[in-house]
Amino acid sequence: MRRFSGFNIVSLTLGIAFLYIPMVVLVVYSFNASRLVTVWAGFSTKWYGELLQNEAFLDAAWVTVKVGVFSSTLATVLGTMAAYALIRRGRFAGRTLFSGMIYAPLVMPEVITGLSLLLLFIAIGLDRGVLTIVLAHTTFSMCYVSVVVSSRLVSFDKSLEEAALDLGCTPFQAFRLVTLPIVAPAVMAGWLLAFTLSLDDLVIASFTAGPSATTLPIKVYSSVRLGVSPEINALSTIFIGLVTIGVLIASVVTKRSIAMRTADERVAGG
Amino acid sequence: MNEPFAPWTDETATPLIRIEQVTKRFGDFTAIDDLSIDIFPREFFALLGPSGCGKTTLMRMLAGFETPSAGRVTIDGQDMGGVAPNRRPVNMMFQSYALFPHLTVWDNVGFGLKREGMAKDKLAACVDEMLKLTQLDALARRKPHQLSGGQRQRVALARSLAKAPKLLLLDEPLGALDKKLRQETQFELMDIQERTGTTFVIVTHDQEEAMTVASRVAVMNHGKLVQVDPPDQIYEQPNSVYVADFIGDVNLIPGRATQVGDMAELAWAEGQGTLLGQPGGGVKADTAASFAIRPEKIAIGREMPEARNRVQGKIIDIGYLGNLSTYHVKLPEGPVMTCEVGNRSRLSRRELTWEDDVWLSWSDTAGLVLPT
Ligand SMILES: Nc1ncnc2c1ncn2[C@@H]1O[C@H](COP(=O)(O)OP(=O)(O)OP(=O)(O)O)[C@@H](O)[C@H]1O
Ligand SMILES: [Mg+2]
Repeated sequence: MRRFSGFNIVSLTLGIAFLYIPMVVLVVYSFNASRLVTVWAGFSTKWYGELLQNEAFLDAAWVTVKVGVFSSTLATVLGTMAAYALIRRGRFAGRTLFSGMIYAPLVMPEVITGLSLLLLFIAIGLDRGVLTIVLAHTTFSMCYVSVVVSSRLVSFDKSLEEAALDLGCTPFQAFRLVTLPIVAPAVMAGWLLAFTLSLDDLVIASFTAGPSATTLPIKVYSSVRLGVSPEINALSTIFIGLVTIGVLIASVVTKRSIAMRTADERVAGG
Repeated sequence: MNEPFAPWTDETATPLIRIEQVTKRFGDFTAIDDLSIDIFPREFFALLGPSGCGKTTLMRMLAGFETPSAGRVTIDGQDMGGVAPNRRPVNMMFQSYALFPHLTVWDNVGFGLKREGMAKDKLAACVDEMLKLTQLDALARRKPHQLSGGQRQRVALARSLAKAPKLLLLDEPLGALDKKLRQETQFELMDIQERTGTTFVIVTHDQEEAMTVASRVAVMNHGKLVQVDPPDQIYEQPNSVYVADFIGDVNLIPGRATQVGDMAELAWAEGQGTLLGQPGGGVKADTAASFAIRPEKIAIGREMPEARNRVQGKIIDIGYLGNLSTYHVKLPEGPVMTCEVGNRSRLSRRELTWEDDVWLSWSDTAGLVLPT
């Protein structure tokens, strides 16, 4: 273990402080007994209790979770299929165009994505609600999934699939029994990423949400405009907790997949 | 019944595999060049050749992973054009093993049988038998990354054997095994073949292995078959300098064929007598040719021998290999010759040392005159 020099300690402290002081303040004030956000009046968990009574927030939270689960699952299926087609099927007519089109939404400003989706939904006469948000989120998160999955597929030994075919699998069975289990950690990571993206998206959701369904970020954003309430602090604290757990799981999954990959590579290396 | 196994000489025999004028190109590189060969049921067909000559490519075309650019592959009378790998009566052992890293040894071996929908208890018996055969029973619960290179190779072998296909393609199946295990496994392979009647096509870099197990050996170079013959003929009657040089050790004396009839003569240096040997590879009189003679067929001694084929030279090196000694003899106007002599008595030929002038000789039928 190397010792930290004085300069390193200072820069590390500054960096961490910069990143986390705002959050710490928020978490601390979520336990404030006072309604005034900026005045400390003792420890209390009453805002958490009130949050649970707040129908509007709970509805929005439920919508957000639903949208997150559906859109990230859909995005994972589509994104994995796209990645597989790009990496495995070698060259096919229009491959470059296809890969370009898959990755373009990564750099597209969200406002444009949101607006174009909104126009599309209006054009086809789709009422805005949970369905439209799910579709919108699937659209933009599937390219992230496909980036994550294809980076794993690139290093995947093709002869494993050939061996499966050789032993009597149809191409689909080979994918299901050999490829998918091996790249599963990457697919999981892709799902988590898509879920997180969906969870904290405000811009695209606000274009595609309707009066019947509001997601939590929209709800928070609109109520903050009327003034910060301690309930929002409590809600945000819960969110921070969830995201932290999610990130921890994702990093464990990634570590395991890296460990497995090095093991695979040792096998491939003979 | 006791006739030797040689279906390739029988015109009525139907081959299991017919490869007809197959060419395979990768871009503008030709990996297999207009190659034709018939392989018969129950054969043990060995493919030999330098790295990159197209052995794996040929196997992959039989297994269905590559489509020929031209020509036709027929297996068991069925044209394989457009037949997917999983629909072919063929299993392949991959050069890279291609073991499934997420499955145990046991599940790897049972993978193909499970796809067949074999009943559970029968499957278990089958897998256990394969594991016993390859001496892997103790490792059945391990994952591939917990195995040594030789153990992985055996898992790959067991997995391809398990389905008992009509045709088994083995791409360097025994390269990573130690000598003893390799010999045992060779023996097992031959045994399996006796029992199941499976046809084997095997790629190997080990000539001794090809010689031991094969019914026929095919020597490849640059995507073409140079010679296909039983092992003894490949060794004794190579059809070209390339094959003679590739299989075993050989001394080559360049010169000109002067006379070709039942026997052939080769003039190799001014003022020296011609060398007499069997003509091979369609050598013609008055063309450039080489005299090929195996080191173990040469006698060495201080006195001038009676034999017609004799050359004189100086010993420049002696190698002691335990059961035999090799002498390297420089001919004044020719190449360095290698000659091998068995060490039968501990003191034999002790009298020969470095810098001695010696005579090398061999019988009239021991050598070959081959076109260059
Ligand atoms: N997919 C491919 N694309 C381009 N060239 C290829 C491809 N596969 C093989 N080749 C080339 O074809 C030639 C024959 O390859 P192949 O793998 O059949 O050799 P090999 O005889 O099995 O060699 P080794 O003994 O080293 O395994 C090589 O020169 C190789 O570079
Ligand atoms: Mg090869």
